Amino acid sequence: MKKDQNKNLPIDATDRVASGGLLSRRLFLNSAVATTAALATTRAAYGQEIVGEGQEDWTLYPGSDALEYGERSRFEAERVKKFVPPITEANQAFYDLRTTNASSLTPHQHLMGTITPSGLHFSVTHHGVPDIDPDKHAVVIHGMVKNPLKFDINALENYPTITREYFLECSGNSGVLWGETARDVQLDRMHGLVSGSQWTGIKLSTLLDECGVSPDAKWIIAEGADSGSLSRSIPIDKALKDSMIAIAQNGERLMPQQGYPMRLFNPGFEGNTSIKWLRSLYVSDKPVMSRFETSRYTDRMPDGKALQFSLEIDVKSMITRPSNAMSLPKHGLYEVTGLAWSGRGKIAKVEVSVDGGKTWAEAALEGPVHSIMLTRFRIPWMWDGGSAILQSRATDEFGRVQPAREKLIAARGRRPSYHFHGIQSWGVDTEGKIKHVYA
Amino acid sequence: MYMRKTLIIAGLLMSTQMGVAQESRFGVPATQADIDKRFWSVFPDGEFLPEGEGNVAEGAELFEYNCNLCHNYPDENDPNKNAIGKLFGGHETMGTDNIDRTIGSYWPHPTTVFNYIRRAMPLIAPMSLTNSEYYSLTAYLLHENGIIGENDVINKDTLPKVQMPNRDGFVNAYPDIPEKYRTKQ
Repeated sequence: MKKDQNKNLPIDATDRVASGGLLSRRLFLNSAVATTAALATTRAAYGQEIVGEGQEDWTLYPGSDALEYGERSRFEAERVKKFVPPITEANQAFYDLRTTNASSLTPHQHLMGTITPSGLHFSVTHHGVPDIDPDKHAVVIHGMVKNPLKFDINALENYPTITREYFLECSGNSGVLWGETARDVQLDRMHGLVSGSQWTGIKLSTLLDECGVSPDAKWIIAEGADSGSLSRSIPIDKALKDSMIAIAQNGERLMPQQGYPMRLFNPGFEGNTSIKWLRSLYVSDKPVMSRFETSRYTDRMPDGKALQFSLEIDVKSMITRPSNAMSLPKHGLYEVTGLAWSGRGKIAKVEVSVDGGKTWAEAALEGPVHSIMLTRFRIPWMWDGGSAILQSRATDEFGRVQPAREKLIAARGRRPSYHFHGIQSWGVDTEGKIKHVYA
Repeated sequence: MYMRKTLIIAGLLMSTQMGVAQESRFGVPATQADIDKRFWSVFPDGEFLPEGEGNVAEGAELFEYNCNLCHNYPDENDPNKNAIGKLFGGHETMGTDNIDRTIGSYWPHPTTVFNYIRRAMPLIAPMSLTNSEYYSLTAYLLHENGIIGENDVINKDTLPKVQMPNRDGFVNAYPDIPEKYRTKQ
């Protein structure tokens, strides 16, 4: 039997901002909503008993010592990344063979705020994670430059750094949504190839200035030191605008999975262009047409052509709670929250619908809103126990609106594999179970 | 290791047009050895392709020993068949939703084959063959995809001239995708 868990909420008609129970985003700011049950004070007079009677052990006994590097509570051990493909007994041997091409997915259903902890940042590797000795690693900048230069991590650390919050997304994120049927995959398997971090590095333009770049330069070919020497061509205008060589993530040096000791970071571009374990930047007047910009990471269109250098991440959003990693135990008041991002700039607006897109209400954005960074949105929702379809729709500062899935497919077909950014739907049934649906 | 003359000469010619570079604060001059160790790219016009030469027969033998383990799936029903890049065939899948993006059906530039396999293959021992051996493997891969004849040789002059079946299959999407593929609100 379901109960209304917030019977006494003072909600009037003006709080209802769209059908299906969506409430004004201002409602949670109202102190009347933040009802706190009065704590029952049932302490009896214990007489001769010790005063700690009834306390938990961790209150009664001294805890463990400090650690050189902190770790999470053992009760959080299951809040980790999943792998692509899922490892099963049947494919274990095969997986062992191809661990060099592994993806791990950020579990957004467990996360709050907008910064992804470094250890939960998604990672895609095509040739495994190299174990680089920073004393033997350096990046060279060469080609159409006056002075080819070499920088190791100690040299880079001497430069004035910039620190920015940026999201990073693999262009394959949400790719399952190109499919014809709505596959039953959880939030992290669907949208786990996007994360947000604070990145610290040296602006690439600073180093390029020291090298003296030819005015005829049009591209920079970046190569990594992994066992595939992964490479991509970066347009020179991007490199001079806001690319950086990142040396730290969330305040500490990069993790090996994120490119230790140095990686290229191209804000707002598809993830694989931000070459990890960076060791060469060749300034050129033409792209190199590497494997990863021809046979991979090109988007097939319905007319048989494929888009190449589809580099910028489009405006996009996802609802992380409620999502299909959980269910709604009883009807009543919930918060619909999620993340929105755009590779071009700031998120200007996120709208939420609980009736499959018939009506929309504007969600509150949790500030400060950073350019090219995850932005959290939230809106209260009074679930009446009926079936519902939850959707979110983001708009960026340039007025680009996240498209409906069917409109995206109408324009680009079903074959692109990459850059899915349409609206995604969570279907809620009368039992409170949540499923990925096409709506 | 391979030809750098073009680069060096081009660099000398260009230096007169460039703005005066400021003194590097903490970088050090990159020597040719520093660059050669880190730079493995070859371009579609043949720039940086090394000396050496390969043929299909030698490539077939090298493929058997170095590549077959992962890239040969005799069982078409093997669910892992396409998990590692399928290299041959796939022409019949062009224009369908589930295309096999093979060298023959999809790759637009022949130099990409050499560029990729020399830096990245064999998977467990990249850069373990000679330039001529990588040319031979390139020749075998192109021949098995029906692109070159079995007696053709591949070197820095012949490779850039190979015509790939899907060479006109791509359109540039930077800085924005062509109008026809944009979504209408």
